[in-house]
Amino acid sequence: MSERKAWQELGLGVELPAATSLGYKTGGWRVLRPVWNASECTHCMICVGYCPDMAIPVRQTDEGVPGKGGRVFKGVVRLDSNLDYCKGCGICAHECPTKCISMIREEEAEQAACKL
Amino acid sequence: MGVKKAITGAQAAAEAMRQINPDVVVAYPITPQTPIVEQFAEYVADGIVDTEMVPVESEHSAMSATVGAEAAGARAMSATSSQGLALMWEIVAATPGLRLPIVMSLVNRALSAPINIHCDHSDVMGVTTVGWIQIFSENAQEVYENLLLAIRVAEDPRVQLPAMVNQDGFITSHAVEPVEIFDDALVRKFVGVRSLDRALLDVEHPKSVGPLVLPDYYFEFKRAQEEAMSKVFEVYREVGTELSAITGKQYPFFETYRTDDAEAVVVVLNSAAGTAKAAVDAMRAQGKKVGMLKPILFRPFPYAEIRDALKDAPVIGVLDRSMDFGAYAPVYTEFRNALWELDKRPAMQSYIYGLGGRDIMTTEIEAVFEELLSGKVDPEHQRYIGLRG
Repeated sequence: MSERKAWQELGLGVELPAATSLGYKTGGWRVLRPVWNASECTHCMICVGYCPDMAIPVRQTDEGVPGKGGRVFKGVVRLDSNLDYCKGCGICAHECPTKCISMIREEEAEQAACKL
Repeated sequence: MGVKKAITGAQAAAEAMRQINPDVVVAYPITPQTPIVEQFAEYVADGIVDTEMVPVESEHSAMSATVGAEAAGARAMSATSSQGLALMWEIVAATPGLRLPIVMSLVNRALSAPINIHCDHSDVMGVTTVGWIQIFSENAQEVYENLLLAIRVAEDPRVQLPAMVNQDGFITSHAVEPVEIFDDALVRKFVGVRSLDRALLDVEHPKSVGPLVLPDYYFEFKRAQEEAMSKVFEVYREVGTELSAITGKQYPFFETYRTDDAEAVVVVLNSAAGTAKAAVDAMRAQGKKVGMLKPILFRPFPYAEIRDALKDAPVIGVLDRSMDFGAYAPVYTEFRNALWELDKRPAMQSYIYGLGGRDIMTTEIEAVFEELLSGKVDPEHQRYIGLRG
C-alpha cells in the first residue's frame, strides 16, 4: 500500500490483495551487495537453494553458459542476483564452494557504477 | 405465537443457536457456560442442525478457530465465561479489527483471583474497550431474543463487527424459567444466511486477511472500525423492528421501569434488574416515587438516549457488579459521562454489589432507594451492598 488512502476509502477489515510482496522491493534494505563472478561458477545451485529471498533467478539452457575453467554448463543455470529483492545477507557468498560470490559495500558498488 | 418451554438461560442460548443453525461452532467447556455447548452438541449429534463442531484444547484455540471459520465465509459462533474469555482475549481483541461478525454468548462469571465460579461482570468489563458489540440480558427469554438480534446486527454490511450476548452465570444460565421459543421457519427467515461477499476461500479473488499494518495505516483502520460501531444504533433499531414482527416485543437500547416521575432511579445490568423491579414495586406501593433503568446495548453506549431518559431524575444510583480498582466502576463511569452535558446534573452515587455471586436482595435495593431519596450521596466514593465490615 504505497499510496496513502483516507480512512473512508479503506475496504472492510484488514484485507489486502494477494501476492503484493512482488511490489514490495526489499532490496533497499541492503548494505552489502553480492557480486557474482560467472567465470568461477559451477552452477551447482547451492546459492539458489540457500537464498532466503529466492532472489537468485535460474533458467533452462540447452546451449549452455561458460563457467569455471571455461567449461560449458547446460541445463538449469543461475543468473545474476535480483537486486530488487536481495537483502544482502551474504549467505550465498558464505555457502558458495568456489567462492565466486563476493560481498561489497553498496556505496562502493554505486560508485563503481557511476564511474562506468 | 411461539411455544413456551421450561428451560435455563444456557438452554435458551442453545435454542437460539439451533434456529440460527451456524456453519461452525467452536468452544471449550468452562463453568457456567458449559451447558450451552452441551445442549448444542446434542443438536449436532442428533442431526437437528448442520453445524460442524470443532473440539479444541483451549479457549485461545476456540476463538482462533472461530475467527478462521468466519474469515473463510462461515457463520461461526462460540461461548465462554470468565477465565475462558481471559484466555481468548488476544483473539477477541483481534476480531473486530478483522471485521468478522462472530456472535458469542458470554455467561458472566467472576475473574480469578480468588478463584470463583459464580456471577459478576468482571469478565465482560475487561473487554468493553476492544470493539465488540455488547448486549446484556435480564433473563433467559432475553438471552434467546438477543442472540437472534445480535446475529443480524453483527452481520449487517454497515456493521460487520462481532457481538457478545451476556447473561448472568448460574442466576440466569442455570435457573429454569418459561421461555417462549418462536416458530422455527419465521426465525430462520429472519436470521437468513450470511452473505459470502468477502469470503477468504474465494479462489477467484485471492486476498490476505490480517496482514501487518504499520504506522502508515493502522490509525486509518481503527478509525474505520469506530465508524462501523457508530452504525450499530440505526441497524439495531431496524433489526429490532423486524424481530418485533415475530415476537411482538420492543428492542430498545435500554429498558426504563417506572422512571417517568421518579425522584430516585437505580441503574443495574442483567438479572439484578429483575430484583430491582420488585424493589421499585415495593417502594411504589409505599407511595415512594422510584424507578429503574436497565442498560441492554452497552457497546456502543447510547449516551444521548440515556441522557434524555434521565434528564429529570434528581438522584441516580448506579449498581456495578464489578470494580475498576482505583477508578470509578465501569457502569457508573458511563452514566456519569452520559449525564455530564445536562444543564441540571443529577446527584449520583456508585454502588458495588454481588461480586463473586453474592446475592442481592430486594430489601437491599430498597435501602439503596431510601439512601438516594434522603439525599445522602457522595458521587466520589463508591459504597458496597451486602459487604461485611
